[in-house]
Amino acid sequence: MYTQALDIPPGEEPKRKPDAVENAAYQAEFDARIDAGATIEAKDWMPEAYRKTLVRQISQHAHSEIVGMLPEGNWISRAPSLKRKAILLAKVQDEGGHGLYLYAAAETLGVSRDSLTEALLSGKAKYSSIFNYPTLNWADVGVIGWLVDGAAIMNQIPLCKCSYGPYDRAMVRVCKEESFHQRQGYDALLAMMSGTEEQRELVQDAVNRWWWPSLMMFGPHDADSPNSGQSMRWGIKRISNDDLRQKFVDATVKQAEVLGVTLPDDELKWNEARGHYDFAAIDWDEFWNVVNGHGQCNVDRLAMRVKAWDDGAWVREAAVAHAEKQAAREKAAA
Amino acid sequence: MERKEWPLWEIFIRSKNGLDHKHCGSVHATDARMALQVARDVYTRRQEGVSIWAVRAEDIVASDPDAKPELFDPAEDKIYRHPTFYKLPDEVDHM
Repeated sequence: MYTQALDIPPGEEPKRKPDAVENAAYQAEFDARIDAGATIEAKDWMPEAYRKTLVRQISQHAHSEIVGMLPEGNWISRAPSLKRKAILLAKVQDEGGHGLYLYAAAETLGVSRDSLTEALLSGKAKYSSIFNYPTLNWADVGVIGWLVDGAAIMNQIPLCKCSYGPYDRAMVRVCKEESFHQRQGYDALLAMMSGTEEQRELVQDAVNRWWWPSLMMFGPHDADSPNSGQSMRWGIKRISNDDLRQKFVDATVKQAEVLGVTLPDDELKWNEARGHYDFAAIDWDEFWNVVNGHGQCNVDRLAMRVKAWDDGAWVREAAVAHAEKQAAREKAAA
Repeated sequence: MERKEWPLWEIFIRSKNGLDHKHCGSVHATDARMALQVARDVYTRRQEGVSIWAVRAEDIVASDPDAKPELFDPAEDKIYRHPTFYKLPDEVDHM
């Protein structure tokens, strides 16, 4: 689903000099390639800090996709029609697929899948704060598609031109599929808005709850993202958090109007001079609270993932045992 | 708990007959059958392919990126290997 600029949990990351150089000649060549807009591939030399940044970002992104299956998976059995259920199943399956594309990309950097899973399950690794909010009614599923996936697309399109080849290629695949996610969400909301007054109220209520968390998905203000500059230099990040957030707000206002809902912000208004919509200040205390584990669903989400992993242990072991037995039989027969 | 990580397989998809198989990513699977099944679910949910190759990642040999100059640069000055090297009279230039 999407990667958030979580590069600066306060007081967590040791300040590493991003320009630490292991090999001056290689470093110069690497810099020249980045400047020329060339793509870095898995086996190419890269600065250790570049590799680490990518592992962190790609794996956080993968974890977000996997945890992102939970809020919506919650509604598969209660989808209002067979059509909506089939759509939701496809969407949740996509999120799982996106997680797997991204884990595969991260593994090209020399980390094992198990170590990444372990980091998620132990709570060491972060995932997008947005999935720590609950899905209370069916309209939430539509709003997640429209706003959350909409914000994700805004964030992810620039990653399709990321300097690291395997990540870039995974993101091209992801972005193609995300468009379906956003459109099916908006479509589900349109259906509810043409229904009863009560249904319209459900949509508005869901929009009210998801709007601000969606804006937080773009990460802290540029001024509070000290590592963003380095990521830009490396061609991992192409557009700043605040610029992406502004683009998202500008694009969404019209969509809300067509849908017939209001966005919960009294200060939201067109600024002719800037050529953008102004909007109110974001509650960053809430953001950091959720990122640091104190959101409404952090505990549940992680517990679900741990349970799924533990419950699947016998399957993983049985599959290995079966493969070993088959291989031994083939060898004996040969 | 000690456990064996499932082996890594590189996945190649032929998008339609007439085209090459193209690398698209990797999956973890315990055997060939599972690798194909998982690759089908992960990489062809929208009819992206008509054929899948799965290769154990450890069985792939690759050239060393540091050997790029000696491997590939010698071809750089052999421009006579390209048809555009030959300037022919206009009347026959489309041969």
